Amino acid sequence: MRGGVILRFVALLGLAAPLCDMSRAAAQAGPHDRVPHQAWSFEGPLGRFDLSAVQRGYAVYAQVCSACHGMKSMTYGDLAATGLTMEQVGRIAATQQVPGGVDAQGDPVTRAATPADHFRDPFANPAAAAAANNGVAPPDQSRLALVYPGGPDRIYAVLTGYREPPAAYRPSHAGAVYNPYASGREIAMPPPLRDGQVVYTDGTPATTAQEARDVTTFLAWVAQPHLEARHRLGAQVVLYLLFLAVLAFLLKRRLWSDVH
Amino acid sequence: MTDAGSRDRPDEQEKAGLVPWLDARLPVVSAFRREYVDYRTPRNLNGLWNFGAILTVVLLVMLATGIFLAVNYTPTAAGAFASIEAIDRQLPSGWLLRSIHVTGASMFLAALYIHLFRGLYYGSYKAPREVLWLTGLVLLAMVMLTAFAGYVLPWGQMSYWGADVAGKAVDAIPGVGPWLEHFLQGGDAPGDVSLHRFFILHMVLAFAVLGVVGIHVAALHVTGSNNPLGIEPRGAGDTLPFHPYYTSKDALGLILFALLFAVVVFFLPDVVFEAENFRPANPLHTPADIEPEWYFLPFYGILQSVPSKFGGLLASVGAILVLFLVPWLDRSPIRSARFRPLYRACMGVLVVCFVLLGFVGRHHAQGGWMIAGRIAVVYYFAHFLVLLPLSARTERGIVLPDGIAGAGRRGA
Ligand code: HEM
Repeated sequence: MRGGVILRFVALLGLAAPLCDMSRAAAQAGPHDRVPHQAWSFEGPLGRFDLSAVQRGYAVYAQVCSACHGMKSMTYGDLAATGLTMEQVGRIAATQQVPGGVDAQGDPVTRAATPADHFRDPFANPAAAAAANNGVAPPDQSRLALVYPGGPDRIYAVLTGYREPPAAYRPSHAGAVYNPYASGREIAMPPPLRDGQVVYTDGTPATTAQEARDVTTFLAWVAQPHLEARHRLGAQVVLYLLFLAVLAFLLKRRLWSDVH
Repeated sequence: MTDAGSRDRPDEQEKAGLVPWLDARLPVVSAFRREYVDYRTPRNLNGLWNFGAILTVVLLVMLATGIFLAVNYTPTAAGAFASIEAIDRQLPSGWLLRSIHVTGASMFLAALYIHLFRGLYYGSYKAPREVLWLTGLVLLAMVMLTAFAGYVLPWGQMSYWGADVAGKAVDAIPGVGPWLEHFLQGGDAPGDVSLHRFFILHMVLAFAVLGVVGIHVAALHVTGSNNPLGIEPRGAGDTLPFHPYYTSKDALGLILFALLFAVVVFFLPDVVFEAENFRPANPLHTPADIEPEWYFLPFYGILQSVPSKFGGLLASVGAILVLFLVPWLDRSPIRSARFRPLYRACMGVLVVCFVLLGFVGRHHAQGGWMIAGRIAVVYYFAHFLVLLPLSARTERGIVLPDGIAGAGRRGA
């Protein structure tokens, strides 16, 4: 009957409401240039990660970004999911020094990290992070690709977007630089990437664009490390349930055939 | 054992086997047979009657995944966020169980709203089902509290500032407000003490909900289900045994619901995960846009449409309280809206207003939304307090069908 249909429709509307105006997040930041869309392999409902790009991206993070940005939620062991062996992960961890308690005199010491350790934090505390960076603490990058308005496209745009400022530009505070894609077209992070800045072990030419692309892919992976497993399992579960639904429908129709 | 039992009462003829033995002492088997196999159910229930079973199953899923989360969660301001991250990243399948739990909360409330509006539309609250209706509303209130407490636990930005907004709402109560806020929060702002309390509240309420569901279903089995025609079954021809008819129908409904559930868990997690809550709580930095989960938006819309803060609080709490009066506000002897043209139209408007209030809440009742919000609030209360009691007068000369079987089949 019509009432029931309306009821159902409105219920659906209610369910769909959160889907609408999802772009709000992007609107809340200060003005910036339109961010060009990039093609990423991890987009869309069947997206997956290019794991060699993720591995190269880790190299960029380790050699460049990690000097200022933490990634607290990650452990070195998590890197195994990028396709590395536990042995390789152990070697990567061992190159990093993490706090190791105190020595016999009670002074803090460091030790080589193990796969169970969380990523080393570059600063002792947020105040130290802010003090070392003209008063603006570099954000933690564990979920940056999810929480940064504009997502991976905008991260890539910012990393490759540094250029000569227009004549009228005056930095609003010490250490600020012009970047058309940053919020308010200004950012407290000096250009982090240059051609040849990173050493890639797989022979990929380390152009600025390549480094930016790889590290953005890495950040997207870190923000959603289970994306691929989620999509794969999801396809299996949905197919299974569809099959089950058909069987349940046939069963129900058969059982009810003497009622209608 | 069986022999010993029968020797005690030699006059009683007892059948052999463990099941009859148990059933003679604790009649779980025959009770199950009576209530879930032979149980007479109106033959014309439509898909909206699937949602009670769906809610029950989702509740069990929530409890199962919730226990898993609880044993890996740290209820302290310093440790909560990191423990959730560890569940998501380092625990095997932790991301999946957490995603099911978070998605489950949204799906549960969606199903709950459908279940509730079904009851309103078909007059399932009327005699003799008033207690059933009231226990349902108690469940609604408990589930909302549980969901709110749960949302605070990850201690992200939205968790923290959501708790803060709720505290400010309590603060608006004249006289005792500030004291009560301080008392409930255990401080001037959400912190360690409040987080610990929310954790305990969340767990205790979740299991209490299970208990109240037991009472709800017990009450249902006393009166039996209402149905889309709203008339009592006249004879055996009007009903069907619960099994296999409604077991098969509920199974189909459950699978379709699970399908929708799976699509959200695996392909659309952004619908239920608010990105801002992936930032750890920061008491020094207020997010640009504090917004509750979608299922609270209609009540948030009411809160913000009313000019005074305390008035808003009263109105949004009143929006739920007024539902408790519905069985006595409605004077019509006819249950189903199918036979009540005016009430039926009013129900349509009510649902539209409820959804509209959700959008008002989302836009913080600014500009045109404020006006829309106020109109919707007025309609919401007028619907229950004026239109519902008066609509009975417009219903003259309405002929109800003689029986369910005779009424023929019609859609929803
Ligand atoms: C934890 C939440 C709840 C659970 C698990 C639950 C469960 C159930 C079940 C299993 C049924 C029988 C199947 C059906 O008619 O769909 C039922 C019926 C009913 N419930 Fe609930 N319920 C819940 C919340 C509510 C709420 C919030 C209300 C509204 C105030 C409500 C009102 C009713 C009514 C009126 C019926 C009888 C409907 C009829 O026979 O026409 N329930 N419930």
